[in-house]
Amino acid sequence: MRRIAPFLSLAVALLASFPVRAEGELVADLSEHLVAITTGFSGAKVLLFGATDGPGDVIMVVRGPSESPVVRRKDNSTGIWMNQDHVTFQGAPSFYQIAASRPLADFAPPDILENHQIGIENVRLDVSEQTADATRLEDFRNSFLRLKQNAGLFGKELASIDILGNRLFRANLNFPSNVPVGAYSVEVYLVREGQVVSAEITPLHISKAGVGAEVSQFAYDYAAFYGIISVLIAVAAGWLASAFFRRA
Amino acid sequence: MQIYLPIAEMSVNVLLILAMGGGVGLLSGMFGVGGGFLTTPLLIFIGVPPTVAVGTGANQIVASSVSGVLAHMRRDNVDFMMGAILTVGGFVGSTFGVWLFKLLRTLGQIDLAISLSYVVFLGIIGGLMFIESAQAMVKTRRRGGAAVARGSGHHTWIHGLPLKMRFRKSKLYISALLPLTIGFLVGILVAIMGVGGGFVMVPAMIYLIGMPTQVVVGTSLFQIIFVTANATFLQATFNHTVDAVLALLLLIGGVIGAQVGTKVGSHLRGEQLRVLLALLVLGVCAKLAFDLVVTPDEVFSLGLRGDF
Repeated sequence: MRRIAPFLSLAVALLASFPVRAEGELVADLSEHLVAITTGFSGAKVLLFGATDGPGDVIMVVRGPSESPVVRRKDNSTGIWMNQDHVTFQGAPSFYQIAASRPLADFAPPDILENHQIGIENVRLDVSEQTADATRLEDFRNSFLRLKQNAGLFGKELASIDILGNRLFRANLNFPSNVPVGAYSVEVYLVREGQVVSAEITPLHISKAGVGAEVSQFAYDYAAFYGIISVLIAVAAGWLASAFFRRA
Repeated sequence: MQIYLPIAEMSVNVLLILAMGGGVGLLSGMFGVGGGFLTTPLLIFIGVPPTVAVGTGANQIVASSVSGVLAHMRRDNVDFMMGAILTVGGFVGSTFGVWLFKLLRTLGQIDLAISLSYVVFLGIIGGLMFIESAQAMVKTRRRGGAAVARGSGHHTWIHGLPLKMRFRKSKLYISALLPLTIGFLVGILVAIMGVGGGFVMVPAMIYLIGMPTQVVVGTSLFQIIFVTANATFLQATFNHTVDAVLALLLLIGGVIGAQVGTKVGSHLRGEQLRVLLALLVLGVCAKLAFDLVVTPDEVFSLGLRGDF
């Protein structure tokens, strides 16, 4: 009995972790819930997998921790290009990626895409200032999206979700090396006949680990001490090199 | 071979950074400049955030300057008294500079301030050095190798300033206010531009203070150590912009390069060195000026609130 006790508790835990839903149309999970950024980090791949209870289309949305970006625009009214106008957006995702089993236009009506903020054009960007100039805001909004896409943080195109036998699905999530750290959410939607019939949100954490994490933690917690150590290391390295070359 | 930089929050190629550090270190040893005016733009070019590039650049210059100054000390080419006075001015200047940096950052104009400072200082100094040293080279050749007289014999209002001090190594008797002011102004540049300030300090020592050329490089490196150490400390403490991993990679390449550079530099003649440095300075200046005037590919830029 003792030997099987851990397995029993594991089984109970597994059962409990399944979302309790009347129909249970959708189950999804990630191959990893924690992406560790170690010293050799050059990007990461996480597998999303799951099952549905029958035919339907699946959409996945990956959202990074929210931030308040400032978009600035250069003008050359003075003869040189300098930052002049700027707009601050609030609660914008730092990372945004979507995948779907088919092109969205083929199965998802615009209103559900808008309601669930699916697709880059539907990402909600709030502006703190009062402005009447809609074209100016639109200009800044599009520029924000373009800059994020060029940085590889917002998906340029729809990634694909493979569906097997109308039941199983899988998709690859790719994170570049400059991925922001923090709490991510991976949302999975099951769409049938133009309706979202089921949805599931899975958390994903991206955080620094190992030596790099300790260095960065130390740099913020003991900033002055970190500064002194940085200087001392530099002095020691310079002295060492000099001593070495003198002998050589 | 990729390595993740914990403060810059990106991964870079180790060999690329080592090569960058080595190349800049070579110039540092040859010319007595910290090399920051190349390191900082190069780091920004490969995608390191400008704030981190400035803070980390200062840290790397500490190492290459220590290594360079030790080589010059062995040849007895450092005026410690002059170096100490310049350092006092530099401390005050770099502290003021870090404050100014923060202010400009909140105004969203730090990028412009950095570029404009580069264009103005590199343009003036590179131009003056090029003209002067090119003329000197021509003259030297005509006179068959005779030394060119320095302009320190003239008596101007500068020599009437109070607080006169004797600098034995430089064979000068001048007011301490002159090196204090120069140190202060260069200190501001250290903080704003992420440079050692040697490219301003070396000509200022030759043309304004009138120091003998052979002690200029060593003394400049000597004061750069302390001023960049102060800037590194302040940037790490208040802005969290010093990346120790990036600095370590840069300085491994840098200290080796600086040693080689010092040896190469001692085989070159003073005027030749100055023409080479002038051309390098003018090249960087032209590139930055071009970028300010030409319509950029992307007029929009992205920052975080409180960042730039």
